[in-house]
Amino acid sequence: MSSETLDSIVILVGVLAASCFVIGLHYMNSPATARTGNRISAAGMSVAVVVTFLALVAREGGLSSEGLIIIVGGFLVGGAAGLFLALRVAMTAMPQLVSLFNAVGGGAAALVALFDYGHVVGTPEEDVSTAIFVVLGVVIGSVTFAGSLIASGKLQGLISGKPIAIPGGQVTTAVLGIVAIAGTLVLVLGAGESPILDLSSEVKILALLVIFAASLTFGVTMVLPIGGADMPVVISLLNSFTGTAAAMSGFVLESPLLIIAGALVGAAGGILTKLMADAMNRSLLNIMVGGFGGGEGTQAAMASEGGTVREVGVDDAAIQLAYAQNVIVVPGYGLAVAQAQHAVRELGDILEARGVNVSYAIHPVAGRMPGHMNVLLAEANVPYPQLKEMEDINPEFPRCDVALVIGANDVTNPVARTDPSSPIYGMPILDVDEAKSIIVIKRSMGRGYAGIDNTLYTNPKTGMLFADAKHGLEELIGAVKAL
Amino acid sequence: MNGEISLLGSLVIFVLAILVGFEVISKVPATLHTPLMSGANSIHGIVLIGGMIIAATASDLLGYLLAAIAVVFGAMNVVGGYVVTDRMLQMFRKRPATPKADPGKEA
Repeated sequence: MSSETLDSIVILVGVLAASCFVIGLHYMNSPATARTGNRISAAGMSVAVVVTFLALVAREGGLSSEGLIIIVGGFLVGGAAGLFLALRVAMTAMPQLVSLFNAVGGGAAALVALFDYGHVVGTPEEDVSTAIFVVLGVVIGSVTFAGSLIASGKLQGLISGKPIAIPGGQVTTAVLGIVAIAGTLVLVLGAGESPILDLSSEVKILALLVIFAASLTFGVTMVLPIGGADMPVVISLLNSFTGTAAAMSGFVLESPLLIIAGALVGAAGGILTKLMADAMNRSLLNIMVGGFGGGEGTQAAMASEGGTVREVGVDDAAIQLAYAQNVIVVPGYGLAVAQAQHAVRELGDILEARGVNVSYAIHPVAGRMPGHMNVLLAEANVPYPQLKEMEDINPEFPRCDVALVIGANDVTNPVARTDPSSPIYGMPILDVDEAKSIIVIKRSMGRGYAGIDNTLYTNPKTGMLFADAKHGLEELIGAVKAL
Repeated sequence: MNGEISLLGSLVIFVLAILVGFEVISKVPATLHTPLMSGANSIHGIVLIGGMIIAATASDLLGYLLAAIAVVFGAMNVVGGYVVTDRMLQMFRKRPATPKADPGKEA
């Protein structure tokens, strides 16, 4: 086959695959079609990979046996590892797995750019635009690689979820930035047929390796100071980075498919990151500066000025729930940490069997990622029509007899509406305080990661049930059954 | 090599793809944000193709090594990403409606 025909086929298949990605993402608009969407996207990916492979074999000169071994062997090894992890991971550990896949994707993009530079350096193909895209691919890819590994380690508990101060902090960041910019200048000014700087290929490759090392270090120092509770936003941002890195390697390899797919993901991650940051009423800059979110385990005692707290016993709570007409469950981070999603579903089933209307109020950032709570509850077989988003459920609270808050804190704090001096003022919250009565299952009076007191807990309508989410729910289930 | 296009053409495609991404993705409900992140995550596994292309170009040990790692990473991203997204979405299914004593309210 002539190489022109081959090129045309590859481009056309690229268009087909890119269309599959766009259509697949579009189908993710609705839970009913989302799975089909993912499969369309996967089909596009499979066709693209297979046709690229065939084109590499069929082109002039063919594929070397080493290349064949690397592609087939590498695919089997990587694919098996990915398959194993994807099938084995518990749904609660899913954010760190997404982060790990993010890391390898970014790493691959960085390696592709590194390799390509080594290949074209010193040849006429090494022009200014190639140098720029190589640097971008290497920088973004390796920042993502290192940063995602750290984020994954933090979520998995391998690295402390608390913000870790970097010695020298901003100075370190500034030095790394200067090193990367200097290296970039060397590559860009040294590129082209009549370069401004006439450097040997070895010097330029060395400069690229220095940029590579500086970017890896930067990825680590960027994520370490950020608290565990902010990790979802970071993962989302890094997801966007990986997409961009893939697009950059698309520019380097001059492959339209890589450019389109990478840009799509770059845009997706960007939107998601913004949505999440908005829902927390925090600017991205604020999060990236770090040190704010202590994550889990902020155990500050509640200030005494806030009024009295009424404790409620398991039996009282069970009676309130069992004889209510409408119950709204407000699950939060604490539920995810305690892995209590099955217990909450069981309680919901028992209450429904007694004729109680149960729905679930899902704050956009409940859990560890936007929509993570939906996944956890879906895993526990809670039918998704019962899961209500914030805008839909807020008007329902005044009509609700009991709001059951499980491990959710800041997203229920009324000061976000009432106190302009509060750090969370303006953050969209669930209007739990408007319910006729409120039961809060919580381990202690500890603050949420915003580190402020929740006036919901001192509301006269609120009864506090101090227990671990899972344990408390199991006791409630027992008590309701005994009624 | 593999369907090369000009730099300007690439830039045009890049910008348009970003706009398409914004447009398609901003319509997704929050319920599906996590699967969406995971689904988008698998799409950037397309870099696997980049790894395959450099594997075909490599001609020395270092090149083979870089290409092999890139292919392994890319394949892990693609296969793992799609499978875990599918596992997540598989759970978003309707359960047969349980009979309710208080009809009239939303189900």
